[in-house]
Amino acid sequence: MLGALTILLVYQLIGEVIVQFTRLPVPGPVIGLLLLFLTLWVRGSLAAPLRDTANGILQHLSLLFVPAGVGVMVHFSRISGEWLPIIVAVLASTALAIAVSALVMRALMRGASDDGTENGGEGGA
Amino acid sequence: MSPRIGDVWVYLSASPLLGLTLTLLAYQAAYWIYQRANFNPLLNPVLLAIAMLVTALTLTDTPYATYFDGAQFVHFLLGPATVALAVPLYLQFDRLRKLALPLAVALLAGSVTAIGSAVGIAWLLGAADATLLSLAPKSVTAPIAMGIAEKLGGIPSLTAVMVIMTGVSGAMMAKYVLDALRITDHGVRGFAVGVAAHGIGTARAFQVSEQAGAFAGLGMGLNGLVTAMLMPLLLVLWRLI
Repeated sequence: MLGALTILLVYQLIGEVIVQFTRLPVPGPVIGLLLLFLTLWVRGSLAAPLRDTANGILQHLSLLFVPAGVGVMVHFSRISGEWLPIIVAVLASTALAIAVSALVMRALMRGASDDGTENGGEGGA
Repeated sequence: MSPRIGDVWVYLSASPLLGLTLTLLAYQAAYWIYQRANFNPLLNPVLLAIAMLVTALTLTDTPYATYFDGAQFVHFLLGPATVALAVPLYLQFDRLRKLALPLAVALLAGSVTAIGSAVGIAWLLGAADATLLSLAPKSVTAPIAMGIAEKLGGIPSLTAVMVIMTGVSGAMMAKYVLDALRITDHGVRGFAVGVAAHGIGTARAFQVSEQAGAFAGLGMGLNGLVTAMLMPLLLVLWRLI
């Protein structure tokens, strides 16, 4: 657990340093994600503690958005003047983006050969 | 002589302990409700916890900065959590690789739809220019979205509000939109939610299945990259029209 957490932090740190040097328009942790993925892929194996720690953090990923979300209270007055266009645009465009991504992907998968580890069923994400 | 309640409050409100503890308590209460409701997406735990905390802070007249002194320890974990997304990505890689083309095209279509429809609808309803620019990158994860808004002349803090609204609403509506379209594959469902509703959508996908979560994480990361590259280009086109 401690070792796995250290690995995650080290990759984040490397990511942040790379972003500082290259001025990529991406947050450091995203680079860390890519590098850790490449490491796992090259090694071809995943240690159990890292798997368990990662799953543990990701199970409660929603918790991590709460502090930033509470910050909405500070800026809420900003949208009061234009709340109607903003709320309609956010809701409609989010629904459209979900629908378009899903429909395009499904349409193209019918062509591609995906021998399907489909664990489908209603009620998913 | 026991200290008066006012003194205790002064002490506690100056320490990070209170903000951190309140965050965990509110989230666990929210998650308990969510669980009792059989993970009904409308009772999104992020939304419930935010509502509880905003109410508590407003009632006690506590500034956000004081709260964040404590809550930042939770906020900090977003970094390692993003790195941790490499693990489900690795575990699902065989399937992801076979689907490279559908994923790439769906990503592009979803990304352009998110930007175009948000800006188009708000423009039709008469929103100001700065609002449109702040709205455009709303589907990507907050740090990327705020960077994009700043570069293009939007208002980063306004973008942050819209990013959170997008994530929460996406996590709440995805099940209904995808069920209506009869999309059953967890990979497709997860990817669509990740592209449209970034981390908060991804968090919801992980609550459904590991496969949905892995595809959502990929969608979130890739859409961050694509939107950062597409936005300046779309802005030039917009100005030409």
